[in-house]
Order: sequence, then C-alpha cells, then structure tokens
Amino acid sequence: MATVASVPSTSSGSPLRRRRPARTLRHAGILAGRAILKIRRDPQQLIDVTLSPIIFVTMFVLLFGGAISGGATDGGDRRDYLLFVLPGIMAQAIVLASMGTGINLATDITRGIFDRFRSLPIARSSPLTGLILGDVVRQLVALAVVILYGVLLGFRFRTGVLAVLAGCGLIMLFSFALGWIWAYLGLLVRSPQGVQGTVFLVAFPLTFASNIFVPAGTLPGWLQGWVAVNPVSQLADTARGLMVGGPVAGALWPTLAWIAGIVLVFGPLAVLRYRRST
Amino acid sequence: MDVRHGIRAEGLVKRFGRTTALDGVDLAVRPGTVLGLLGPNGAGKTTAVRIFATLLRPDAGRVEVAGHDVVRSADQVRALIGLTGQYAAVDQDLTGVENLMLIARLLDLRRADARRRADELLGRFGLADVAGRVVKTYSGGMRRRLDLAASLVNRPEVLFLDEPTTGLDPRSRGEVWQLVRAMVADGTTVLLTTQYLDEADRLADEIVVLDRGKVVAAGSPAELKAKVGGRTLDIRATEPTDLPAVAALVEASVGVAPVPHPDDPGLLSVPVPDADALPTVVRALHDGGIPVTELALRLASLDEVFLALTGHGTGEES
Ligand SMILES: Nc1ncnc2c1ncn2[C@@H]1O[C@H](COP(=O)(O)OP(=O)(O)OP(=O)(O)O)[C@@H](O)[C@H]1O
Ligand SMILES: [Mg+2]
Repeated sequence: MATVASVPSTSSGSPLRRRRPARTLRHAGILAGRAILKIRRDPQQLIDVTLSPIIFVTMFVLLFGGAISGGATDGGDRRDYLLFVLPGIMAQAIVLASMGTGINLATDITRGIFDRFRSLPIARSSPLTGLILGDVVRQLVALAVVILYGVLLGFRFRTGVLAVLAGCGLIMLFSFALGWIWAYLGLLVRSPQGVQGTVFLVAFPLTFASNIFVPAGTLPGWLQGWVAVNPVSQLADTARGLMVGGPVAGALWPTLAWIAGIVLVFGPLAVLRYRRST
Repeated sequence: MDVRHGIRAEGLVKRFGRTTALDGVDLAVRPGTVLGLLGPNGAGKTTAVRIFATLLRPDAGRVEVAGHDVVRSADQVRALIGLTGQYAAVDQDLTGVENLMLIARLLDLRRADARRRADELLGRFGLADVAGRVVKTYSGGMRRRLDLAASLVNRPEVLFLDEPTTGLDPRSRGEVWQLVRAMVADGTTVLLTTQYLDEADRLADEIVVLDRGKVVAAGSPAELKAKVGGRTLDIRATEPTDLPAVAALVEASVGVAPVPHPDDPGLLSVPVPDADALPTVVRALHDGGIPVTELALRLASLDEVFLALTGHGTGEES
C-alpha cells in the first residue's frame, strides 16, 4: 500500500535536506505549479501584466517618442527610438511583473498557507523558490506582450535568433534574482498592501532612474552616477546589444555580477528570515 | 527506558519582546490520548502549538514530539505531525482536490497515489461533492474540514488542532468531534486547544489549563471538577423577592455568599465542600419559612472550574 512513510523517520541529523537537492528542486517545481494552476483557473490575473507594458510602450513610443527621439538619436525618427527603447521596456515590464512575488508571499503568510508549508518536511528554500519560479509565467506573458506590441508598431530584431533568446533569458534571469529581494521584503513587511508600497519604492528608482528611456548622457550629473551603476541600466544596455546590435560585453559582465550578487545576498537573507519568521 | 510520549514539554519559555507568552510550561501527552489545552485569550495556547509544530523556536526548555526534539530534529517531527492552525490554511484559489494533492505531492507521493489519497480524505470528510469547486466558494465549515483533511494527508502520529471548532455551527462541531474521536481510535495522539469547555470535557482525556503562560491546573476533567469547589448547590426561590433573604440564610449556614447565575439571575449558586451542606441549607430555609422551587447539589461545571482557576469572571462579584 502506498503511504507517505517514504520520508525516513529515523533520527541521526537531518539527512533529508543535504542529501537530496533533486528532491528540493522537485518540491519547488510542484509549488511553482500551484501558480500556474491559479492562472489557468483565473486568467484575469494576467490583466495587469498585459496592460501595463502596453501602456508603457504606448506612452513612451507614441506619446513622448517624437519629443524624446530628437535627443535620443541624431535627428532620428520615432522608429529609431522604438529600437532604442523597446529592449529596455522589456526589462522594465519584467521588473514590474516580478514585484507580484512579494505581494503573493505576503498574501500566503496572512492566509496561513505558508505555515502549512513550513510544517511539512520539505526544504526551507522550496516554498520561496517555488513562488519565484511560479511567477515566471506572468513575466513571460509580459515579455511576449511587449515584443508583439513593439513589432506591431514597427520594432524589428536586428540580430540572430540566439542573441535574441540570450537577451530574453538574461532578462528572465534578472527577474529571478529580483524575486529574492521581493521575497525578502514580503517576509519582512508581511501585509500585502504594505509590501506593495515598499516594493514600488525599490522598483521605481530601478526602472525610471535608468537609461531605459533616455541615454544617460542627457541626464543631470548627479543622476548619471546612479544610472551608470543601476543594474537595470546595465541590463537594458545588454538587451539592446543582443537584440538590435551594438556592444554587449561591456554591460553583460556587470549585469551578471549584479544577478549573482543579488541572489547571493538576498537568497540567504530571505531563507533565514523565512526560517525564523513567527 | 521511559514510556515514549506523544508530546513532552519541559520548562518551555517563549518571549515576544517584553511579553512572556510561555513562562515555564511542563506537559506530557501519552500516545493515543487527547490533551485539551484550555486558557483565556492570550494565555499562550497558540504559541505552545506553534512551538510543538516546529513553526516557532522556544527561548528555553525542551520539547519532544513523537520522540524527536522539535529544534534539533525538526524535519523528523514535521514528517510525523499534522497541524490545523487557528485560521484555515488552505489555498482559496484552488479546488479542494488540488489543495490536498499539492500537499500529498510535497510529501513525495506519486501523482496517482496523491490523487487517491486526496479522494479518500475528501470522501471521509464529506467533501466529495465539492472536491472540484474552488475553495473560495466553500462555507466556513467546509473550509475547516478541508483544512483538517490537509493536516491528515501524511497520516500523522501526532495531531495539533488549534481551536478546531471556533466559528462552526453545532452540527459541524459535532462532525469535527467525531473525526477527532476516529483519529484517536486509530492511535493518533491529539493536542487540541479550545475556548469551549464542553469541547474539552467531551474530547479530552487530560486537560491542561494555561493562564498568562503558566500551567495553573492539570488533570482529567473529573479530577479538575473535583479539585475546585467540589460541588455546587443551586437554589431557586419561589418568589423572586425572597432572593436576598435566601442569600443571607445560605451564607449563614455554609459560610459563603451565593452568586446569581449569569444567564438566570433567579438562580443562586454556591460552592460547598461536601454533601452535608444540603440538609443544613434545607433546615435553614424551612426554619426561615422561605419556599423554594429548586434545590440541587451537583458537581461543579468545567466553566466554574475554569473561572475559579484563572480568576477571571466570577472573582469580581460581591
Ligand atoms: N508574533 C508575536 N509577536 C508578539 N507577541 C505575540 C506574538 N504571538 C503571540 N504574542 C503574544 O503572546 C501572548 C500569547 O499569545 P497566544 O496567541 O499564544 O495566545 P492564545 O492562548 O492562543 O490566545 P487566543 O485564545 O486569543 O487565541 C499574547 O500576549 C500575544 O499578544
Ligand atoms: Mg490562539
């Protein structure tokens, strides 16, 4: 007969966690599946990640594009600006879509579901990883919407398929890293509304004080310093290089360093906080 | 070797900032029995349950659940326990069957086995008809039962229930009681907290009363009733205007002033040490010429025991 006694109940340390990274990963996958089930059940959840990229592309390309492009490209037209801005808006859409992770986490905490997971014999990192991975679907939808709408307005990739895929992959990797920041904030603040506010405080300087919409050179000096190190600027530069051509390596390494740094700092912080949380 | 306990806590302390939620709690639960943890709001019941279920770390003291230390062998403990918290912990956006399958899969059951286990539990908890419905549309009682089912997926040796029937109608309460009894009959150890004394009276083999983080009494329901006040004498005067005279006569004969029943002011109650008080009071009332319609000696109710132990409620009167 099948029972759940497959979990060894013998003592001697806690062998479950250390010995089986595959098991931990599988649990994260099962928990990520939960987010996908919810989207299938209630596709309206995708409205915000669908609409906000459309609004941003419309606003910046159609509304401001003409005005900005005078400075953005040498006498260029709206289409040149589209090529400049769209890879950055992809990054921005993913950053904004990824904030949902923190809010979902706080919701799970207030509803007690996280306590249910914490009382199961699974690795402490699985529920957090599961939540972050589960949000990938929402982010992919946001990414697809930006690309489709951009193409509709005249955007064209100017590099190879592999480079474009690498660009998309890098953006997703970045949002995975950000997920750990949102998770940490979710565990720290705990109320969904509170998290929403806090997360915006982090996401706004990341996305707006960047070179997504205008080249850094057009900004006031004091802002240039931040924009130059801002990981989203680095990400946007890399994505532009990979999708429409231009230098890549200069911004790629800082982007990867940021991704690794964020995961290495906020991953353990979040897991520790999760373990201790009351 | 000692007898293995279902749950054993020694010198358990937990502080939250300046609040001492648990202040040196000792308790032990024999395997296959039910312990009722009683106490007023803020007594520390939930805190104790969360420590037993590995969700909180104690500041001092030792806790063993199903033979494992809750701090050092938390994973072993987690494999052997089930927890139904004070508030239903199920995902409102998933269906009943999806909720249970999620847990079963996290417990490493294969998909087909997980499905079978989920269906079995849904059937047992009378949720088969709503298994495919999103939990959002469930009634409070259905949600509670699903929550209970979710804590049984791993066939726990030790089950923690934090106020499992709060907010349920009498019928649903009765259903939860039956399920608990069935679990115990299968050998499960149960610790349940409750605000309802009749619940503890009906379900618990042993009761521990907590107040402000300390154990103020422990024992079987009958022991507790015998320990505090022993018996109670109820008297109802035929004429409500005679109440003060009755009270004075009773106080003169047993030495304690009777108090009116909170829901029924015409009924006076007084704790008495033994059955000899009855003829004394009868004689006094007869000599005083006051007619009474009701005069009864009974064991103190658990409510009275509880109030006497924690000093909340009756202490303020007279
Ligand atoms: N996370 C926390 N942070 C700060 N104080 C807490 C926390 N959890 C509990 N307390 C405090 O600890 C004490 C015991 O709380 P606990 O929830 O264990 O009581 P309880 O007996 O379950 O009460 P109730 O019957 O209301 O559920 C209370 O004074 C409460 O305010
Ligand atoms: Mg409580």
